[in-house]
Amino acid sequence: MFEFLDANSSTIVDALVEHLYLSFLPILIGIVVALPLGMLAVRYRWADIPLLGASSVAYSIPSLALFIAMPGLIGTKILDPLNVVIALSLYTVALLFRSVADGLRSVPEPVRMAATALGMKRPRQLLTVELPIALPIIASGLRVAAVSNISMVSVGALIGVGGLGALFTYGFQIQSFPLLVTGIVLSVALALIADVLIVLAQRLTTPWTRARATR
Amino acid sequence: MFADLFDYLGSAANWTGADGIPIRLAEHLQYTVLTLLIAFVIAFPLGLLIGHTGKGAFLAINIGNAGRALPTLGLLILLVLLMTLGVVPVLIALVILAIPPILTSTYAGIRSVEPDIVDAARGMGMHERQTLFKAELPAALPVIVGGLRTATLQVVSTATVAAYVGLGGLGRLLIDGQAQRNYTEMLAGAVIVAVLAIVLDVAFVGLKFVAAPGGLAARRSAQEHDERAAGRGRDAASARDQAVAAPAGGPGGSGHA
Repeated sequence: MFEFLDANSSTIVDALVEHLYLSFLPILIGIVVALPLGMLAVRYRWADIPLLGASSVAYSIPSLALFIAMPGLIGTKILDPLNVVIALSLYTVALLFRSVADGLRSVPEPVRMAATALGMKRPRQLLTVELPIALPIIASGLRVAAVSNISMVSVGALIGVGGLGALFTYGFQIQSFPLLVTGIVLSVALALIADVLIVLAQRLTTPWTRARATR
Repeated sequence: MFADLFDYLGSAANWTGADGIPIRLAEHLQYTVLTLLIAFVIAFPLGLLIGHTGKGAFLAINIGNAGRALPTLGLLILLVLLMTLGVVPVLIALVILAIPPILTSTYAGIRSVEPDIVDAARGMGMHERQTLFKAELPAALPVIVGGLRTATLQVVSTATVAAYVGLGGLGRLLIDGQAQRNYTEMLAGAVIVAVLAIVLDVAFVGLKFVAAPGGLAARRSAQEHDERAAGRGRDAASARDQAVAAPAGGPGGSGHA
């Protein structure tokens, strides 16, 4: 096993690095786009239903299909990793927008009223009061998005985009168990690490939720 | 590019013969239905048991989370290398994909039933079995249907990978198209799979509506309305727990390929 890892270390490390970048970039883009959309949906009824419908439809499109359709939609090359990044960003937005809206709706009305009574203007109230309270629900959406992004990236290997999925297809071609198992283990480990990191970040940023739990 | 697509979809040659679109569609649906049946038979009773007794909840939640992290393509290829080609490795990989959403939604659905309903059922003299099937299950049905919806979506999406190990299904259009550098065929396959997934998803929205027991659904929506009017909103903690246990409703599912 060690000999194998030694011989293939550069292949494995390259795949891992590419996998990281292909799955985390969409998460970042997703957060940046989903936050304002979620706020929009909570604030304006006319935006809520179309956004909900669009996100539901976007989420039902199979990822492999979306990876393949991307060049037709935005004119990229079929092997361009950008296809995977944009498709996964779309899923992340579809999922996170819902979490942001649900989270903001979970803010108790008296809290909102208290903030208004303190003289807070709308943007400040949103950023300093409502968003922190919504954070646990947003984080749970983020966990789902991160874990599923990480496992979806590997499907990109079927259309020739790298990442750990390349270890699967290459492992299949050369009938190599160690390569396959390494790919699977790394993929699962990456997902679990991302999950744990999000949970930790959420606990650090919302200490009051723990106080409530232990009460 | 899309003109080529319409030419492809409009050409009668692509709709006939042993590798025509209808045959691929039928194969795809066959894998999907078979997978869901097997997964349901395994996960549904287990979910009911865990939900009703409250024992093994830790197991249910963690199977859900781990299932989402498992890369189906890798698992499929591993199974193919272990068992040689054929439909069995594909079915196993897809069943493993479909079990977590069904298990967690059944568990979460049963757990989410109000204790008052369970108490009332017991108070009326129902046995445990009757309580589960006559009181808890109907009330949990919308959540369970949500889990089935997620599972169906994931399986329909992922069944495309069967083509990579030489089987049929709509994935053939993607894989064969790529082998022949025929982007139009790949795009046609992608569009057909996407339409199939969306159609099934919409069908589930209807089913979820039907699954809600009449009086209970009316009461629940009235109650939600009252809560919103009274400004209490949804309880953040319980919403969070449900989201973690069963990201089932709406575009909540995950891990599809």
